[in-house]
Amino acid sequence: MAGKTMFDKIWDSHIVDDPAGEPTLLYVDLHLIHEVTSPQAFEGLRLANRKVRRPDLTIATVDHNIPTTDRTLPIEDPISEQQINTLSDNVKEFGIKYYGVHSPEQGIVHVIGPQEGYTQPGKIIVCGDSHTATHGAFGALAIPLGTSQVEHVLATQCLLQEKPKTMEIKINGELPKGVSAKDVILGIIGKIGVDGGSGYAIEYTGEVIRSLPMEGRMTICNMSIEAGARVGMIAPDATTFNWLRGKNQVPQGDDFDLAIKEWEQLSSDSDAIYDTTIEINASELEPYVTWGTNPGQVLSIQDSIPDPAKMESAEEIDSAIRALEYMDLKPNTPITEISVDRVFIGSCTNSRITDLRAAAEIINGYKVNPNVNAIVVPGSTLIKWQAEKEGLDLVFKEAGFEWREAGCSMCLGMNPDTLDPHERCASTSNRNFEGRQGKDGRTHLVSPQMAAAAAIEGHFIDVREWEFKK
Amino acid sequence: MDAFNSHTGIVTPLDRANVDTDQIIPAEYLKRVERSGFGPFLFNDWRKLPNGKPNPDFVLNKAFYDTGTVLVTRKNFGSGSSREHAVWALMNHGFKAVISSSFAEIFHKNSFENGLVPVIVPDEQISIILERASKQPGYQIHVDLNNCELSDDHGLHIPFRIHEDDDTHAFRRNTLMNGLDSISLTLANENKITAYENRS
Repeated sequence: MAGKTMFDKIWDSHIVDDPAGEPTLLYVDLHLIHEVTSPQAFEGLRLANRKVRRPDLTIATVDHNIPTTDRTLPIEDPISEQQINTLSDNVKEFGIKYYGVHSPEQGIVHVIGPQEGYTQPGKIIVCGDSHTATHGAFGALAIPLGTSQVEHVLATQCLLQEKPKTMEIKINGELPKGVSAKDVILGIIGKIGVDGGSGYAIEYTGEVIRSLPMEGRMTICNMSIEAGARVGMIAPDATTFNWLRGKNQVPQGDDFDLAIKEWEQLSSDSDAIYDTTIEINASELEPYVTWGTNPGQVLSIQDSIPDPAKMESAEEIDSAIRALEYMDLKPNTPITEISVDRVFIGSCTNSRITDLRAAAEIINGYKVNPNVNAIVVPGSTLIKWQAEKEGLDLVFKEAGFEWREAGCSMCLGMNPDTLDPHERCASTSNRNFEGRQGKDGRTHLVSPQMAAAAAIEGHFIDVREWEFKK
Repeated sequence: MDAFNSHTGIVTPLDRANVDTDQIIPAEYLKRVERSGFGPFLFNDWRKLPNGKPNPDFVLNKAFYDTGTVLVTRKNFGSGSSREHAVWALMNHGFKAVISSSFAEIFHKNSFENGLVPVIVPDEQISIILERASKQPGYQIHVDLNNCELSDDHGLHIPFRIHEDDDTHAFRRNTLMNGLDSISLTLANENKITAYENRS
């Protein structure tokens, strides 16, 4: 019999019930909550007179709505304020641990789970948010939920799931200089398409994955959903264990070493069989920029805007024509000639300390182009403090970036951080959908390095040719 | 959740692929803490002009199509954000079923949880339905979950599925037809949950 994949090992060890012909009932080890997808779930519990089964396995924070400007001031949008207050009332009523606006541990839910050590190998982790796969970078099985499923987990601590197929995406070789984890995942999405991973749990493997720090691994897993896959995961190794050691919520001292012994067993067996395997050679990867209105519409920085007339399927042509009209771009324009009005460095994809360091290294000694407004929004308050300890905030501020408080911010514009109509943004976030960063705003997804360089130059530029000043 | 057996309604054609949930309902309208009231914001940015007035070119603002209860669209409908508000907005507006050649997974599950019927038929059939609906405002289709068939008054008979996987198709068909609520189903097995908890 063939060995097991890491996915199968975690799945199998969490089965509560598995009746033939029905979805499997899985036990959930960690449920992360935020203000946008939870109010109706708590209301459902109240209406049915149900309790939260395991408040001790449930953690809440506020990230989507909150302002990233001065937090001693009241929130201007009364509906945002109501949603935030609803969460703080619900966590009180149901006895859930809450990292609120003024908590030092506050931050984007997918940043603080790992930061506090709640995210651990082998766990099943759920959250009412499509970017939940981020936690898969630690060898967890992390699954995104809608609000009804959030309510289901609150009430039962279990999740009904149909078992997905497994896909291995193996990145061989060594990443070329100037090519980041963000480029790896953008390259994957460009290759397999926005629904190429639909129905699969993806495991990322290969030399490139092994060489990446945890932050880069999180960036890759984070955008699995942009390839249509709800689950993305990476086997834990020494990098994982070293990163987690000493975090608040992991076992401490000798217990941590005992935990490692267990976690080491999670990796897919060498004879495990995936339903599909895709191999990519790292030497083919380049810095990427999205040109359209879904993350699969992506090209190398050295390419030019495609010509719909040269595309094959009617659907592709139709989609490209719409995208070019929305993005106000002409076929055959070199990507490096596209100028930007705004730059956003942040989001659950790219707001961690290594992202901030990489961006700061690019801009050090330079000034933001006068035509560009650029902001940095760290993923959590603790990351913000860490960056300030390293003096990165000064590098950003001296260059002309705004240095903000932690939150989801301009990734989705639920708070006041939005693009004005027709503004063009180089963004380190995960979605370039129409209106994602504000109605009629135009988003180009890039790595932190590429975003930083675009802020300085005022247009996209190949970071492989960047001249570092310091 | 209301039980669904069959439904006959006007078809609203949306000839686009990969329609993401940010288009179905933009983020700025996700701040409500209820499950209702999202209908007016369905496809908000396509439906309204920059001045806030209805965009006369968008299908939901056209006679007959504005009263559609069956949406037909192209592949990978509901991609992107997990927001269940997308399903609520469609249902609040009056849609009972969405016909596509594929659904993004989270949206697909959210549909089942709320009783919005995700009808899957091959691309070629999508083209036929889109064409009929576009040429004939007020065109109606009959969605029958008993025999999993779409039909119209012009001789159309198309078998459909609600999930690619056989077991899931059968299970979800049953929960939709009986309006079963997942939490009650799971809590019927509470002893198994307790047993799992006591095991470790």
